[in-house]
Amino acid sequence: MIALFARDMVLAMRAGGGFGLGLAFFLIVTVLVPFGVGPESGVLSVIAPGILWVGALLSCLLSLDRIFALDFEDGSLDLLATAPIPLEGVVAMKAAAHWVTTGLPLVLAAPVLGLLLNLQGAGYGWLVLSLALGTPALSVIGSFGAALTVGLKRGGLLLSLLVLPLYVPTLIFGAETVKRGAAGLAAGTPALMLAGITLASVALLPFAAAAAIRVNLR
Amino acid sequence: MASLWQYANPKKFMQTTSVLLPVVAVLAALTLGTGLIWGFFFTPDDYKQGATVKIIYIHVPAALMAINAWLMMLVTSLVWFVRRHHVSALAARAAAPIGMVMTLIALFTGALWGQPMWGTYWAWDPRLTSFLILLLFYLGYIALWEAIESPDTAADLTSVLCMVGSVFALLSRYAVNFWNQGLHQGASLSMDAEENVADVFYIPLLICIAGFGLLFVALVLARTRTEIRARRLQALIARERMA
Repeated sequence: MIALFARDMVLAMRAGGGFGLGLAFFLIVTVLVPFGVGPESGVLSVIAPGILWVGALLSCLLSLDRIFALDFEDGSLDLLATAPIPLEGVVAMKAAAHWVTTGLPLVLAAPVLGLLLNLQGAGYGWLVLSLALGTPALSVIGSFGAALTVGLKRGGLLLSLLVLPLYVPTLIFGAETVKRGAAGLAAGTPALMLAGITLASVALLPFAAAAAIRVNLR
Repeated sequence: MASLWQYANPKKFMQTTSVLLPVVAVLAALTLGTGLIWGFFFTPDDYKQGATVKIIYIHVPAALMAINAWLMMLVTSLVWFVRRHHVSALAARAAAPIGMVMTLIALFTGALWGQPMWGTYWAWDPRLTSFLILLLFYLGYIALWEAIESPDTAADLTSVLCMVGSVFALLSRYAVNFWNQGLHQGASLSMDAEENVADVFYIPLLICIAGFGLLFVALVLARTRTEIRARRLQALIARERMA
């Protein structure tokens, strides 16, 4: 399983766009928002938590179809499915690799983008914390969506339609954590709820995703 | 020994429903007609809301059926997943667009009522928002059915989606509660309340709910029969090609 994780990491890095693309997208979304809503720093600091979370969510979505599609096309997914490690483990490792290549850079870059949007001082810690807690859920939920649509020729748009409603609770609790944190309120409750969603998703969704892959490989 | 599972046999299902469907359809028309006419023309105007109160006879039953349709899809998906009865999967497929339309009806009637009463067509109220999310779930579910060619693969994947989606839909319902306080009134109907709605409105409302329920059953039966026939037709065409 560790070898699989390492392989996915190497593939993501060498294929180009693994680390960079999602991050660049995140940057562009954040830069576009002030053009849309105007440069008043008061407005921006109010909407900053939501924008940062929606941006993180969208850039996570962007790279989802790569989780299984390439392996499905060249047949290595069949090999992985017949390998001695359980398919659930394969899914979990692929989601983990996806998180390290897209989620983790977002977590690290978010404070800089928060600066661009004039996020209030108390919010930075909560922003990093909430993204660190929440992005693993985004990767795991996304890998479930990717598993559902892996057999489809043009699955990209459908994938977004399937995955985005599933992202709603994560987004709500994530953005709420930052909003409360930036306003100086107690943000512990939404942060804990977010952690709960992540833990439950990580524990349960690999089973659903593996079931979907088995169907698609049939 | 008669058991529920014998209706999983498409032939038995078609036989039974060919008798059942007209009965349910007529009953649905009767109750819905009675309930709506009673509700629209023979109940007094509310002292605060005026005539707009009468939208309750469509709004509440439609909202109820929108949720029940998803619940039915969840049950039939589970049955398909565990026992692999094709009728069950087809019933889930048949119910989805009906549930989606019920969700839309609930949203639209709510918006029409909201404009004069709340002064706005739309508010990001927990109930309204979770219904919008429910609509998105229906859209995704239907789109997944349409996108996959192999019927068994589609049935399998959509049933997994329905099960996972149910958990997340429920989660969203309580997450939006947390996110924003509501404008929508509390439950109009609950078993433990002493009086839900004044009796003059309550009885026609119950009739309308029964009517919507029957209508839903009739539509699901009709659509499931169509799906079964479409499946048979495909089998026939495939056999023709082989020969």
